[in-house]
Order: sequence, then structure tokens, then C-alpha cells
Amino acid sequence: MLAPFELLMPRTLAEALKMLADVGPAAQPIAGGTNVLVDVRAGHCRPAALVDVGRLAELAGIRQENGCLAIGAGVTIAGLLADPLVAAHAALLRQAAAVFANPLIRNRATVGGNLADASPAADCAPPLLALDAEVELASTAGARRVALAHFFTGVRQTVRRPDELLVAVRWPLRGGVGAFHKLGLRRADAISVVSAAVMVDFGPRAAAGQQQTPGIETARIALGAVAPCPLRATAAEEFLAGRRLTPDAITEAARLATAAVRPISDIRGPAEYRERMVEVIVKRLLGHIGDQ
Amino acid sequence: MGPKVISLIVNGRLHHVALAPNVTLLEALRELGYMDVKNGCEKGDCGACAVLLNGLAVNSCLALAWQADGAEIITCAGLGTTEHPHPLQTAFADLGAIQCGYCTPGMIIAAKALLDHNPQPTEEEIREAISGNLCRCTGYGQIVDAVTAAAQMLRHAEGRAPG
Repeated sequence: MLAPFELLMPRTLAEALKMLADVGPAAQPIAGGTNVLVDVRAGHCRPAALVDVGRLAELAGIRQENGCLAIGAGVTIAGLLADPLVAAHAALLRQAAAVFANPLIRNRATVGGNLADASPAADCAPPLLALDAEVELASTAGARRVALAHFFTGVRQTVRRPDELLVAVRWPLRGGVGAFHKLGLRRADAISVVSAAVMVDFGPRAAAGQQQTPGIETARIALGAVAPCPLRATAAEEFLAGRRLTPDAITEAARLATAAVRPISDIRGPAEYRERMVEVIVKRLLGHIGDQ
Repeated sequence: MGPKVISLIVNGRLHHVALAPNVTLLEALRELGYMDVKNGCEKGDCGACAVLLNGLAVNSCLALAWQADGAEIITCAGLGTTEHPHPLQTAFADLGAIQCGYCTPGMIIAAKALLDHNPQPTEEEIREAISGNLCRCTGYGQIVDAVTAAAQMLRHAEGRAPG
């Protein structure tokens, strides 16, 4: 039996925001329940009221608008997998969704919940960081947008105030080539030991007949499960800007990415293993992108 | 906060039931007598409590009953009868995909969800589809065989259907 709580079931976003404002810090948004109910059952949190936001129309749907892709916070991981816009514009996010937990969980867990829960190993975080996404936080006082890179503040901590609701995540569509890899201890239904996402925007392609690979305009490298928060490897990104994906550049970028992580040792692996795997996985992802 | 009357359509039968807000869908279903929905880990790791919720396979331990108000729920027992079992139920029994039986209802629900949109799955796809369902007896081999056989039975039945 779960500890008692009130369950508030708003019909609109405005109602939900008012409930969050009225109840205060003792209110907890819930959608799929795949994290919240596990935490309540384990006694990790004792919310006075859960606010059920999973079926709000304002949190549904994936849209292309103003040169951006916008994903409603209530979209499930299965919803990401089924969406043609995600397939066309965010292959790396789709790759993460395909290895997210298991099919039963993917039918309930939401994109907004995965980000707001702020696990260091959240599988949506690295691809969305590499896509340079921002989250939209709404409250009765209005809405604000926060770069995902500034959203996470610690293990399961974010800048979201208790009266705010994460309503959408969006990023500008710039083209580019991306890739994601998750290292787990089993092939499915694993918590990430290390996860990494890389997005490379190339400049204008070299003219036909030239053998040279195209230069990198910007590169973004995001890593999960290797620090208190999912993080961007900015030194490696800056190093890659303006270079070509040569074997030497890839090796150096992987080394710089490894220098950015602060992993812990836990039941899934020692810190030294995680560091070494960051180097291997970043090298592999950059090599894979360079081959395309 | 007191109980609220919600409606659940379980295996085609409409129930109106008064439930407190902290009752899970799993608890509600077992309370209503659907004992084929098993209570395993209660944290989404084992899949023993899987049901189809509006056509999607979910862990009923991670949904609150109020969230399922008005929903259509199918449990394993709702897929067939003793006289007319579903091909998945036949194949699980015939091919020894059952040992203690505790994971079986959830396994069959996960497999049903797979076959609903993928009538000819590969072994890899079957293993992925049941990756949220733990079986501590069979080693999964017979379960994969049973899903493969059921898929074949369903494809043949489909082929014979009129029109």
C-alpha cells in the first residue's frame, strides 16, 4: 500500500499550474509514475499531493515550429519512437528512446518526467544536451526557458521551482549528424553505466572531386552517468570546432571529453572503468559520424 | 482525500468502484478479482503485473487507479477462455513456456502487444519485447519459442479469415 496522498487531476494546464501554486512545495507532478510511484513506495519522498499532468493536451504532441522541434513534456518514450519528425531530425534521441528501460516502461515514462527527475543516468538527457535543447518551465507567474545545460544542478536536482511545471523541450533544427550510445550491463532494460551523445554540424561540404573531409562548424558532446548531472564536454567541443574529423583530432577530443567527467564507483562499475569507457565511446561515436 | 467512484472496463466488463487516490491499478484489479494480474516487485522491474491499458502494455503497479478512470483494460485471462484459448496461451502451455507460472500473464500481455503491431517478429524483437518481464524458471528459450509459434498460428488464422 502506498503512503496516503491527495491526487489532483487538472483538466487544463492553467488548472495544473494553479494547483502547484496553491499546494506549494508538498505538491509533486506525476505523469507515467515510473519514477514518482517508485520513490513514494520506497519512502524517498512523501508528497502531500500528486498533480496528474500526463494527459494534459497542452503537454502532448511533437511539432515543428519556427525552425525548432518542440516535444511536449507529456510525450512518452514510446511516442518518441513512433514519431516521424523525431526519426527525421533527431536520430540520436530516437536511438536513446529505443534502449530506454523496456517496452512496458516506455509506454508510460515521459520525456518531461525523465528530465525533471534529473537522474545522472537519464537516457533522454545526453541526446537533448547534444541537440542544444532548452526546456520550457511554466507557472502561474508566466513561462521561462532554460537551456538544458543549465537545468540540472545536482543528483536529482534542477532549477525547476516547486510551483513550475516542465511543459516542453525544444531545440533549433540545424541539420548536422548525431549519434548516441548507451553502455549497460545487459542488452535491454539496463541503467546506463555510461551514455554519450554527439552532434556535429559540418560547414559547407567540400566541392565534388576533393578528397578532403568537411570541416566541423560546431560539435556538441554530452555525457550521462559520469557526474552528478548529465554534462557537456565543452573543452572537447571547442577543440573540434574548425577541425576535420581526422584520427588524431578524434583521439584528442575523446581525451578532452574524458577529462571533463567525475564518475563515481557504484554497483554498475568502478569510476576508472567509466572514465575509460567515456574515451572509448566518444572516439567510436566521432569515428562513426566521420564515416558518414 | 476520500475515495472516488471510477469506472474500469476490464476484459469487456464495466466496473464502477470506489477507490482511494493512493490505490494502484494493480491493487484495484486484484481487488476486483482479476487474480491473473500478479504482484511482483511493485516498482516496474518484473512485468508480472502487465496489462493492456487502452491497447498499450504497461505495468499496472505504476499506474494509479484514478489515472485509468474510463480506460479499457485487458488482462491475460481476457485474451481467451479455457475452451477457446488465445494462440499465445496455447503455445505457452504446449511448448513448456510455463514453469511456476508467475510471470506468464505478464509475458503473454507483453507478447500480445508485440504481435498486435508486428505479426512476424524476429527472435531479437521477441527478446526485446519481453525485456521488461522477468522469468526466473525457464531461461526464456521456451518463451521465445512459444511467441514465435503463436505468431505463426495467428498468421495462418489470418490467412484463412474470409474477405
